[in-house]
Amino acid sequence: MNIFVCIKQVPDTEATLSVKNGKTINEDGIKWIISPYDEHAIEEALKLKAKIPETNVTLITLGPKRCENALRGGLAMGADHAIHIETDEHVDNRIIAKALAIAIKQEGNYNLIFIGKQAIDDDSYLTHIYLAENLGIPVSTNVTLFNYESEKVFVEREIDGGEKEKIEMTTPCVIGAAKGLNTPRYPSLMGMMKAKKIPIKKLSLQDLEIGEIDNKIIVEKLFAPPEKPQGKVIEGDIEDGVKELVKALKDEAKVL
Amino acid sequence: MANIGVYVELKEDKSKKSNKEAISLAKKSGKNVYAIIFTNNLDQHLDELKGIKKIIQIKDQDLFYQPDYYSDTISNIIKDFDLNDFIGICSAQGKDLFPRIAAKTDASLVNDCIDIDFENNLITKPVFAGRLLTKIRVEDEFKMYTIRPNVFPVQASDSEENPEIITKELNKKELKTRIVDIVKSDSKKIDLTEADIIISGGRGMKEKENFKMLEDIAQLLNAGVGASRAAVDAGFATSDMQVGQTGKVVNPKLYIACGISGAIQHFAGMKTSKIIVAINKDSEAPIFKKADYGIVGDLFKVVPLLKKELEKIL
Repeated sequence: MNIFVCIKQVPDTEATLSVKNGKTINEDGIKWIISPYDEHAIEEALKLKAKIPETNVTLITLGPKRCENALRGGLAMGADHAIHIETDEHVDNRIIAKALAIAIKQEGNYNLIFIGKQAIDDDSYLTHIYLAENLGIPVSTNVTLFNYESEKVFVEREIDGGEKEKIEMTTPCVIGAAKGLNTPRYPSLMGMMKAKKIPIKKLSLQDLEIGEIDNKIIVEKLFAPPEKPQGKVIEGDIEDGVKELVKALKDEAKVL
Repeated sequence: MANIGVYVELKEDKSKKSNKEAISLAKKSGKNVYAIIFTNNLDQHLDELKGIKKIIQIKDQDLFYQPDYYSDTISNIIKDFDLNDFIGICSAQGKDLFPRIAAKTDASLVNDCIDIDFENNLITKPVFAGRLLTKIRVEDEFKMYTIRPNVFPVQASDSEENPEIITKELNKKELKTRIVDIVKSDSKKIDLTEADIIISGGRGMKEKENFKMLEDIAQLLNAGVGASRAAVDAGFATSDMQVGQTGKVVNPKLYIACGISGAIQHFAGMKTSKIIVAINKDSEAPIFKKADYGIVGDLFKVVPLLKKELEKIL
């Protein structure tokens, strides 16, 4: 069985973000991580690999040179192979999905594709569904439970109000991983040693012959939202404080 | 004049609250507004749709949401009626359905919009869970948008005119992703992304059982119950309750944070709340810097008092 996991390298959730040239983030001093939902995707692939003999897990990413580290991280968790579509160019989700689809098809057989339901930098919620539509295969997003049985996939996906949809798909299909699906493992020391020796397959957008790179979503400006002024902190007697608070919420803020 | 479509999202044949926001926005665009609605009982929805150009009603004996049926049907309508813009809600269903339609119609989609300037073709959307905002220009003839709930203003219709109604059938050609069942949540939870009021608990809640305190207040206020990542990781709350960068981004009128220190990732998920209230015993907790109102005190004392005071006024 061949499983692909698409991952994206993003700034650490604790990183301080500042804007450079009004359009991109300042990358100086940023610690980069695998987007957390993609880590859930890797974990689910590795769990399945442990159950089904002769299963290969291949990681794939698109981005600049630094993204190699994300692939090394995933290999250290236990993935078998890695593909890096290397580009310094900013490309929109549609083009990313197209490139991923072509690269996956080039590898031959694919049974399952795991990918995070969103990347925590651009928060687009697009790539996984575009990828599935590109390949003409089923997709489920926001998946919190996954089961595989004889070429059929059963998932649960979280919808509004804490409800869940139970979904059936045939393979190949795309799974958009959400938190709640699993707890990603930490790479073992041995895993890290092993990961260093696995060659990463390098591809360029030109190699994939995706044609003209016609970005249609253009970022004009990136900026920090205005800060709220410091509010009112009530200290001292709690009973009076709560009374004051409720009165303020009702009369001043008018939210009750 | 150009045409703009709105997907009217229904849940068990009831209109989602934010449909009003989407319809108001579409009207503001100055284009002919077409509403697409999947229902066999259109009458109950007509009030909301006054003053638009056309309603395209999709009927079938079984209108249960199947993403393949819905996306095929809508894609055909978009082509047949020349809808160059198409708006929906950035809900769980919107995030599932809209990218499928965008891929099928070769349109450019931007999810989670908080401002759309049709005239200048500029969209504002949060990135990094709202820690930064971005202005986007879409260079495409066909544009789709999902809007964040509770952001866009609702304008009452000034027209009493009933739109023309066109009836279509559900396109049931292909079903690749089959929804077989819906698992209801054990408690009737308020959807956090659409909630007007949210009360959340953090690590300071100490135990799962203590969330009952918050649920009581939530019931009183018709509010949703949220949690910080620390509370979810500690097993006090389920992951669907998590607010923050790796959880839900919420936008209520009132957000009450109990025992939440206010990590940057949590703040990212709730910073656009109109009013933030923090209850924490540590006066140095970062949450107080971001809150409109803060009470320094033991939440196990403050929360019951709060309930008592709220009961008095409601």
